[in-house]
Amino acid sequence: MVMADIGSVVSPMFLVSRVRDPEIPAMSIWDLGIVRSVETDGNRVTVTITPTYSGCPAMDTIRADIAAALAGHGYECEIRTVYSPPWTTDMISPLGRRHLAEVGIAPPGRPDQVLCPRCAARDPRTVSEFGSTACKSLMVCSACREPFDLFKELN
Amino acid sequence: MNQTSDAGSETPGANSRSAIRDPRSAFTEVLRHGDDNLVLAQRLAGWVASAPDLETDIALANIALDHLGVARALLARAGELEGRGRSEDDLAMLRSEREFTNLLLCELPNGDFAQTITRHFLFDAYQLCLWEILSTHPDGTLAGVAAKAIMEARYHFRFSSSWVIRLGDGTGESHRRMATAIGEVWRFVDEMFDDHPDLRTSWGRLVEPVLAEATLEKPSHVSQRRGGRQGLHTEHLGHMLAEMQSVARSYPGSAW
Repeated sequence: MVMADIGSVVSPMFLVSRVRDPEIPAMSIWDLGIVRSVETDGNRVTVTITPTYSGCPAMDTIRADIAAALAGHGYECEIRTVYSPPWTTDMISPLGRRHLAEVGIAPPGRPDQVLCPRCAARDPRTVSEFGSTACKSLMVCSACREPFDLFKELN
Repeated sequence: MNQTSDAGSETPGANSRSAIRDPRSAFTEVLRHGDDNLVLAQRLAGWVASAPDLETDIALANIALDHLGVARALLARAGELEGRGRSEDDLAMLRSEREFTNLLLCELPNGDFAQTITRHFLFDAYQLCLWEILSTHPDGTLAGVAAKAIMEARYHFRFSSSWVIRLGDGTGESHRRMATAIGEVWRFVDEMFDDHPDLRTSWGRLVEPVLAEATLEKPSHVSQRRGGRQGLHTEHLGHMLAEMQSVARSYPGSAW
């Protein structure tokens, strides 16, 4: 991929938006909707993010990845965490939802809207509302019988 | 743990509401809720690899993580309000038993699964009511954490209340264990409402229908224990803290 590179200047917003969620690498933190702002003052960048879940253990890695992405292009950064307004699953972008489905994670939705990411059948059975990570439930498709993750609706 | 700051927080004293006019009182309030969540998270983590089945094990660990996340945010904020440079780690790992201000309910040993579920059911209902009130608190960080936590508390309450019904209205043995657990844990209920007497009615509205469906009786005339908010704890907290703080105290300042 050719980066939007003008000489050695790459936009901090571009660098931050490319950082992946370490637990769901199919999705960028931009599509996840946790980047609140990226402010640049010369060489200094202030990035404000918000957690998906209060105890999301990926936040430390995300902070480190943002800092590394910016440092790679000579930026110094400060990363702030805010809680308000709280993140909800409505902040996931349409592209992010598509990426989730592509890797077999059903995007968040009301129970009657959830489709099996493999065979698109309705009415999956909930095995547990607490799955492999804080943000996912464990489901089983009632048609193809395959288990799958559902990104939990939070709002 | 110390990279978190909060751009959305307000300066103590910037608001005219009396609850925050005295930074000391805001510190105490934020610390209490931080301690509740920290101690409960540590207790719940004790179930990891010991729960009745894999799904329940993962659920308890996830719920513990939610409480820990809330605790980290609130203890970091308490440190800012106190203004003595104490970090979330300092407050969690370097305070003694008498300096912890959590509810006694939160420090109760896990007991059997029925006792753990009962403790969480009663506390989850309390937090659902509490976070709603605190989401309009004049301290921006506490309000933000509360608004976030209420969404997670709905999942917690659904989990614990479904277990209360399943066990209470289950076999003779599961019913007997739930009845015993409720009698045991109910002694620590009133302390939850000392700071927020107004929550008692809405809490009852959440708890009572579940108990009825679970064919469990609400205990009456139970002698109530309290003292956690003043640092007067049961004999159980010290043992828990000794374990929780052992690494931080044995290797001061170490980082990895």
